[in-house]
Amino acid sequence: MFENLTERLGGVFRSLAGRGRLTERNVQDALGEVRTALLEADVNLQVARDFVEKVGRKALGQQVLKTLRPDQVFVKAIHDEMVSLMGPVDAKIPYASPGPTVLMMAGLQGSGKTTSAAKLARLIQNQGHHPMLVACDCHRPAAIEQLMIVGSQVDTPVYSEGLGDPVRIAKKGVAAAAEQNCDVAIIDTAGRLHIDEAMMQEAKDIARAVSPHQIYLVCDAMTGQDAVTSAKEFNEALELSAVILTKLDGDARGGAALSVKAVTGKPIKFVGVGEKLDRLEVFHPDRMANRILGMGDVVGLVEKAQAAVDAGEAARLQEKLLKAEFGLDDFLKQIRQMRRMGPLKDIMSMIPGMGSALKDLPIEEKELDQTEAIIHSMTPGERSKPDLIDASRRRRIARGCGMDTQDVSSLVKSFGQVKNLVRQMQGAGVFGGGRAAVAQQMAQVDLFGHQRKKRGRSKRKRKSRKKRSR
Amino acid sequence: MVLGKWLGRLTSGLTKTRSKLADGVRDLFRVGRKVDAEFLRELEETLILGDVGVATTRNIVQDLKSRYRDREITADDDLLGVIKNDLKGSLGDADRSLITNPDGPTVCLVAGVNGSGKTTAVARLARLFLDEGRSVLLACCDTFRAAADEQLRIWSERVGVDMVRHKPGSDPGAVAYDAAEAAVARGIDVLLVDTAGRLHTQDHLMRELGKIRNVLAKKIPGAPHEVLLVLDATTGQNAIAQAKQFRSCIDVTGVFLAKLDGTAKGGIVLAIKQELGIPVKFVGIGEGADDIAPFDPDTFVEALFVGGEA
Repeated sequence: MFENLTERLGGVFRSLAGRGRLTERNVQDALGEVRTALLEADVNLQVARDFVEKVGRKALGQQVLKTLRPDQVFVKAIHDEMVSLMGPVDAKIPYASPGPTVLMMAGLQGSGKTTSAAKLARLIQNQGHHPMLVACDCHRPAAIEQLMIVGSQVDTPVYSEGLGDPVRIAKKGVAAAAEQNCDVAIIDTAGRLHIDEAMMQEAKDIARAVSPHQIYLVCDAMTGQDAVTSAKEFNEALELSAVILTKLDGDARGGAALSVKAVTGKPIKFVGVGEKLDRLEVFHPDRMANRILGMGDVVGLVEKAQAAVDAGEAARLQEKLLKAEFGLDDFLKQIRQMRRMGPLKDIMSMIPGMGSALKDLPIEEKELDQTEAIIHSMTPGERSKPDLIDASRRRRIARGCGMDTQDVSSLVKSFGQVKNLVRQMQGAGVFGGGRAAVAQQMAQVDLFGHQRKKRGRSKRKRKSRKKRSR
Repeated sequence: MVLGKWLGRLTSGLTKTRSKLADGVRDLFRVGRKVDAEFLRELEETLILGDVGVATTRNIVQDLKSRYRDREITADDDLLGVIKNDLKGSLGDADRSLITNPDGPTVCLVAGVNGSGKTTAVARLARLFLDEGRSVLLACCDTFRAAADEQLRIWSERVGVDMVRHKPGSDPGAVAYDAAEAAVARGIDVLLVDTAGRLHTQDHLMRELGKIRNVLAKKIPGAPHEVLLVLDATTGQNAIAQAKQFRSCIDVTGVFLAKLDGTAKGGIVLAIKQELGIPVKFVGIGEGADDIAPFDPDTFVEALFVGGEA
């Protein structure tokens, strides 16, 4: 849906080629593209405008546009500027002594406060501290029950008085934490609209009653233009310490991160990246910048892979790969692991530069099904030594899986290519370093190596396509 | 009545918090303004700030530009009126009435991403149907999130309807099955199915949703008759991706636009309507069970421009 910023700028700068000189207007065109990219990522209009202006001034000052590949240098300048705007990140929780350290969560309805509170409790435990959760959401039905349940899931005591006065509960909760030797009290508050005066007053009262050491604004990463309005109001009412950005495991570009930082000046400390209660991570401005600019997310891809892949299994496969014992059976396993990561399109779009390549490539889950089917109709011997497959076996396999013999040979052939590539990489000693380069190289062989061949005029389906191995 | 309250709240909310951003576009629609670059830029900004999105905004602006060039409209026209009418037209041309089942329970499946406001939406829909004199049964298919069933139970008591639920962690498809069976056996008019929040990018959860849908369809012919996607009005461009994925999984028939009582305009539903043809059917405008209103394109479009005019 979104174009890569690099491509867009590439278009702008290419149109200059041969014309010799860059003019103010050409630069403006490029900046216009940046602005559009930011707006599509939900960066607030005013924030985007300020950002573009700043980058423009800097870029021109550095004369980056006279370099050989102005688009790349330009993108890097933008990226760097964005990273520096969203950083630096201090992921430390400043524990007070004597305790208890009081942390307060605040935010709009449905932003993810209760879940984040539990995740925070888990994180704090992992740092060797003893948190207590305090249930001050007396508005939403069953909010307290929810906190009780997630609290028990992270083995954290929850202070609750049922429904009542949240200010009083907060106060007593902090006292209870001290009594029970909990050195951190996390106060979960009700979701509230920033324009709801009574509710904002309540939040202020809670803050005044317990003087939290840190107040975190919980903000949904999918928020649009309005992120600035609510963040600003919360910041003015509560003097926020930092922001927790939630639901980053979706595919939102997350421009709200830049907006909120720009308008409040408060850093993003943590990001929520899944429904499980250990999915709270330190915020990385560089990854976020990539994401907002639509530049792929290699690190995110790796993380996604780690989540889906069994580590022991992966190690075994890699060893096999290195010893060139990697057979089609292993390949089958890999396909399955990869599919566990989600729809293929989403995964591929995380690889830099793949966004546009994908447009012409009808990657279909069906083709993976077909690949699996072909492998399934091979004997174990054939799977481990695909060289065994001669014309007669090919016919048998094709009959077994309902595909053409060409489909079978194409699979075997591209599988051989991957194996060769692995051998080459071993020779070059690529393993260990330069993984991204390898991944890209492999992706090229896999995706483009064999499938553009003419396949005659028959209306045969496309043959199955190889996938990346690791 | 509720609509008046909504617009009133929107306006008062906006005047309270009106930022400098809004001030800039205040005199955008002074009568007699020329459709020049400055005017178009300001119009673009108003729409972008309402989360309408870059592509849809450009279409609207381009369209206005070419009509101005072709002398279809002139500076003497009420430009604001022209634009508003266009938008109202494009939002209002779809059938926004609720699809009902004449031969048995009408099944309404409610889905959306985490924290969008599904459970509250279900409670409000229940109240709405009760007020229309229909009998309602709730199905709690959110067996995943902590205390989700409790939350719906409390609502069901407040509103005064029964609900079907299983133990936390059980198969939501099984809940759907039981609920559908109960709805038929009791001769219920409307079965409202609440589901767990899920990000549209999570394949296995989307498949689970598909399964719930299939279970309902098997039990009651034509079910689910109405499939509402609950969207948080503060959501930006990602709402399009959400709508696309949910549509391909469960054939969304309408949008429930929640949390429209804040300062966000929810302009993304314009893009969703234009790109995907999914109409908005309801809006949620508060925290009470009766804070629901049928979607009204006129009010919505007026509100989209409120920040600029006030």
